Amino acid sequence: MIAIIDYEMGNIGSVLKAFSYINCPAEEVTDPDKLKKYDNIVLPGVGAFPKAMDNLKKRNMDQAVKEEIKKGKNFLGICLGYQLLFESSEEDFSGTDDKTAVKGLCLLSGHVRKFNSESGLKVPQIGWNSIDSTDNTGILHQFNGRYFYFVHSYYADVTNLNSTKNDVKSLNTYFSFTEYGKRFASAVEKDNIMACQFHPEKSGDDGIELLRKWVKT
Amino acid sequence: MYTKRIIPCLDINKGRVVKGINFLDLVDAGDPVETAKAYNATGADELVFLDITASYEKRDIMLSTVEKVASEVFIPFTVGGGIRTIDDFTALLRAGADKVSVNTAAILNPSLITKASEMFGAQCVVAAIDAKKEKDGSYMVYINGGRDKTSWHAADWARKCEKLGAGEILLTSMDTDGTKKGFELTLTKMVSESVNIPVIASGGAGRIEDFYDVLTKGHADAALAASLFHFHELDITELKKALRDKGISVRIH
Repeated sequence: MIAIIDYEMGNIGSVLKAFSYINCPAEEVTDPDKLKKYDNIVLPGVGAFPKAMDNLKKRNMDQAVKEEIKKGKNFLGICLGYQLLFESSEEDFSGTDDKTAVKGLCLLSGHVRKFNSESGLKVPQIGWNSIDSTDNTGILHQFNGRYFYFVHSYYADVTNLNSTKNDVKSLNTYFSFTEYGKRFASAVEKDNIMACQFHPEKSGDDGIELLRKWVKT
Repeated sequence: MYTKRIIPCLDINKGRVVKGINFLDLVDAGDPVETAKAYNATGADELVFLDITASYEKRDIMLSTVEKVASEVFIPFTVGGGIRTIDDFTALLRAGADKVSVNTAAILNPSLITKASEMFGAQCVVAAIDAKKEKDGSYMVYINGGRDKTSWHAADWARKCEKLGAGEILLTSMDTDGTKKGFELTLTKMVSESVNIPVIASGGAGRIEDFYDVLTKGHADAALAASLFHFHELDITELKKALRDKGISVRIH
């Protein structure tokens, strides 16, 4: 059974429908204590990063998610549920120092930043874009060059990862990258974590195939 | 690589796909779910459902259609046609629509866009604009299915919609709509350059070159067509391959 975490950040209906379509029973979970019962956990989400962190914390869901991931549960983050895994986001934050920006779950090294629309780039990115994986073992690399549906104004910046090479969070971390104004980290695989900026539940046959493969891992 | 989108539009009457020219002589063209699946299979990037049901039971039928489509077709889709209130947005998005397009109601009550955008996010709010070229060469916005002229210039209204919180513009040229003589390139370029959100061009698609022109000269981010695809005059797979060969980035699946 798959748990889809409902923390009031957008519609989780499409994610439920997609798993039901591939005959993988999934249900929404609002109570962090109940998360233990599930083998597969999905953190979806659409909306603002600071509010999402607040909503997770209010329910103690942030700790529950971290514990289950630590236990090795098969985890999938989608869109905002991907961004939340990083150290911080500059969404609704006017400062310049990542250290004082809104903190994320800190399971991955990197910071979430806003696309720069001054160069004429349309923000949000809405539409299909391809991914380019850096790994050759996991799920993502099987979708190298394939297209997925993106809707987002913020992206994961992992450009300084090399400087934190010895950081335990960076070990075994494989990103896929996508071009939109700049090259950004569009998805990640790290041990039992898979997470993506795009919406597999809205990415047609490739998206459905990706979900199918994730459930099986 | 970021791609340009090709979007078929389906007219829905009482829960069925209908084909007709200028809403006359409507012919039943099948089940929305099956039609949506067929479009997904040929590589449509998104779908737009335009509800043209003119009866009081309108809303419930459309909600049930949306629910069914969302359970079986996993590409983004927009629902429009007679959207008036925040409750309409809530109900359609809950039923599984990804975006809701609003036209007349946005002109009459611009705060609807802002409210919907704040509640559901800008990505859910599509501002549909019907525009017509006037004798003096300006492009004005029309509402109520093209019957009533407003005092808004198309580019100004598009900019206003973006400020209000719309995430995309669906721009229809009333002059080219149904003609199959090509999209209105001047209008599309003007609006697309006026806003910083994606513009979907609609009205006038007839040949592959029309799509090429509107996605290049027209600066559109996406192109929409209805009858051309319904009547199998142009296959989406072939269209996308032809566009790719002409150097346009499209999703080939």
